[in-house]
Amino acid sequence: MESIILQIAARHLRPLLIVLSLVVLYRGHNEPGGGFIGGLMFGAAYILYAMAFGVAKTQESTFFNPINLTALGLLIAVVSGLPALLLGDSFMTGAWYTFFKQTAFELKLGTPLIFDVGVYFAVAGMLMLVMFSIMEE
Amino acid sequence: MILVLPIILPLLIMVVLIFTRRWLFFQQAFSILASVVLMWVGFLILMDVQQNGIKAVQPGSWDAPFGITLVADLFSAIMMVTASFVAVVVMIFSPGFIDKERQTAGYYPLVFGLLMGVNGAFFTGDLFNLYVWYEVMLTSSFVLIALGGSAEQLRGSIKYVTINFVASIFFVSAIGILYGQAGTLNMADLADKMRSWDEHTYVNSALMLFFIAFSVKSALVPFFFWLPASYHTPPVAITALFAGTLTKVGVYTMFRFYSLFVVYDQMFWTLFILTLAGLTMFIGVLMAASQFDIRKILSFHIISQVGYMIMGLGIFTVSGIAGAIYFTIHNMLSKTNTFLAGGLVYQRSGSYDLKYLGGLYKAKPLLALLFFIPAMSLAGIPPLPGFFGKFFLIKGGFEAQQYFITAVAILTGLFTLFSMVKIWNEAYWKKEPEDVKSRGKVHPATIMATSLLALAVILLGIFVGPVMELSMQAGEQIVNPQMYISAVLGK
Amino acid sequence: MLFLFAIMIGVLYGAAVYLLLRRNIFKLVLGLIFLGHATNMLLFVAGGLTNGKPAFIRGLQGETVGMSDPLPQALILTAIVIGLGVTAFALTLVYRFYKVTKTVDFDQLSENE
Repeated sequence: MESIILQIAARHLRPLLIVLSLVVLYRGHNEPGGGFIGGLMFGAAYILYAMAFGVAKTQESTFFNPINLTALGLLIAVVSGLPALLLGDSFMTGAWYTFFKQTAFELKLGTPLIFDVGVYFAVAGMLMLVMFSIMEE
Repeated sequence: MILVLPIILPLLIMVVLIFTRRWLFFQQAFSILASVVLMWVGFLILMDVQQNGIKAVQPGSWDAPFGITLVADLFSAIMMVTASFVAVVVMIFSPGFIDKERQTAGYYPLVFGLLMGVNGAFFTGDLFNLYVWYEVMLTSSFVLIALGGSAEQLRGSIKYVTINFVASIFFVSAIGILYGQAGTLNMADLADKMRSWDEHTYVNSALMLFFIAFSVKSALVPFFFWLPASYHTPPVAITALFAGTLTKVGVYTMFRFYSLFVVYDQMFWTLFILTLAGLTMFIGVLMAASQFDIRKILSFHIISQVGYMIMGLGIFTVSGIAGAIYFTIHNMLSKTNTFLAGGLVYQRSGSYDLKYLGGLYKAKPLLALLFFIPAMSLAGIPPLPGFFGKFFLIKGGFEAQQYFITAVAILTGLFTLFSMVKIWNEAYWKKEPEDVKSRGKVHPATIMATSLLALAVILLGIFVGPVMELSMQAGEQIVNPQMYISAVLGK
Repeated sequence: MLFLFAIMIGVLYGAAVYLLLRRNIFKLVLGLIFLGHATNMLLFVAGGLTNGKPAFIRGLQGETVGMSDPLPQALILTAIVIGLGVTAFALTLVYRFYKVTKTVDFDQLSENE
């Protein structure tokens, strides 16, 4: 199916969706959102692209392989549990650090965010893996 | 800290194996090494628990009733060591047996995904987390059973996926009902609260849902039909891994739940479990007797043997449970061993059908020996561990004055002997038939793996004393759930 | 409200069982999806229906009045994710099966047995 409207829309929507997925990922700890939803959006961006241009062309345009992305996500998720061990806490204990204290840019980041990034990659990779394998046939 | 390792180690191994999926030789070598390391971790946990009692960890530093707890008692540690040993053997066996396409299509990462789920189910102390580990384990097994995608495999896996999904639904519904009543998911906390309830209608309905779910997963009569319909379809190495781990996780969970949650209507539950056990043993072995495919005979035997373990649970005395634990260890080893021996037969003769087999004793005495040891052990011939397992179970049955189930157990033993002798006669003793399928070569790695397992079976028989003592201690912990509860809640 | 939920869960379970019993394998997958959703709703109701209350309140310490229980929602989220995985797998499986056997009839499941 070649649709010029879908192709142009997909070309412009893909970067937008990726940025949006990052926003959703970041706000996820305290507000609706998170790694899973973000990952789904990230995957959906590429699936939309694949619907417009075909799977082969999409895979050429990506610098990663879906299954490697999944593995990377799992790795990041496990690694996020390790800082707690260095601090002498139990595995997976959240460690937080506030950047730019007392300024307008106060930024509170912690290991749960790293875990969420892992989930984000794992979900996105898995979704793309499954969808691409169905769409290819 | 060490309690987290059984779960994150397989995950890390899986990640490494996914990244290196193109290098077949590395995958083969690394997975053997990794599963040995996993077994070593299991041993460390076992030693720790034996010296210091039940151990509980709170990942994430959320305290006991709120966070997810990981708990290790002797039973779970024993199960982990045995399951990892089965994995070691299957990892040695696989390179020589499974074809290259399947090996590179993600076989090794999936096996470690399966092991992560299995270990998680052994060590978690949280109801919902248990469900998640079950799903991790089942999802890996779904892919493993369909790996390669032959028509026969697809047929088997559709049944397998459907039934297991429905069973999981039962499981989650029960969790929902219990959570609505108790407001907690921590197993120890729940068991503690449950003991002071006046109203317990909910408990029985939730427990019944749990037991249906676990009966499906451990293939008890009347929920066993999926097992013989799907287990014979993938390559026999995968079937052997499933036989050694999956159904036994169901049995393990049943032990844990019975010990913690059956506080009301003991009489009913004893009768219920013993009835299921008796039917499972007997029907399983009868159906095995009518089959002619080695894998199908062995699949039906899995069902029959699960009946023995559940019988130990129904008796619920220290010696009964200890017998069941010893029997479970023995069964995980012997069952895997018989499946692998069936794989050797297939490599040599190109078929699993008894009609096309024969003369293997004359042609390949080693293959015959490697089948003979675990088969006779399953049938319960004295110096081998199967005899001791059954002996302790039957002794426990007599002590608890459950004469009927004990009689069924003895009778089932005879039938087991019959069908093992049937395979022996047909495949090994009978003259080689004219229309034999092929005469292939047996890969040395597969022989090595099977011999290793057969050796382990013999050793389990020789060291029955120490292992039984360990099982007695584990049985003690199962029969007195208060130990578990106070270890987790710290009171 | 509770009554309405009970009826809905019942209808979902009924639809699921009906679909599971059909001869078409694709409908079997639909049945599994329904079954999963029915159970998610059951979990939701079992956690208690609190109307219009947030699950998280920023800056609140140790007080639980005026909150709805966040745990069932977390459980449902997990269950949905798992359901998604299993459904995706079941769909690919059925699709492959259709490719190989050119049929979606249940009877083909027991061939050669």
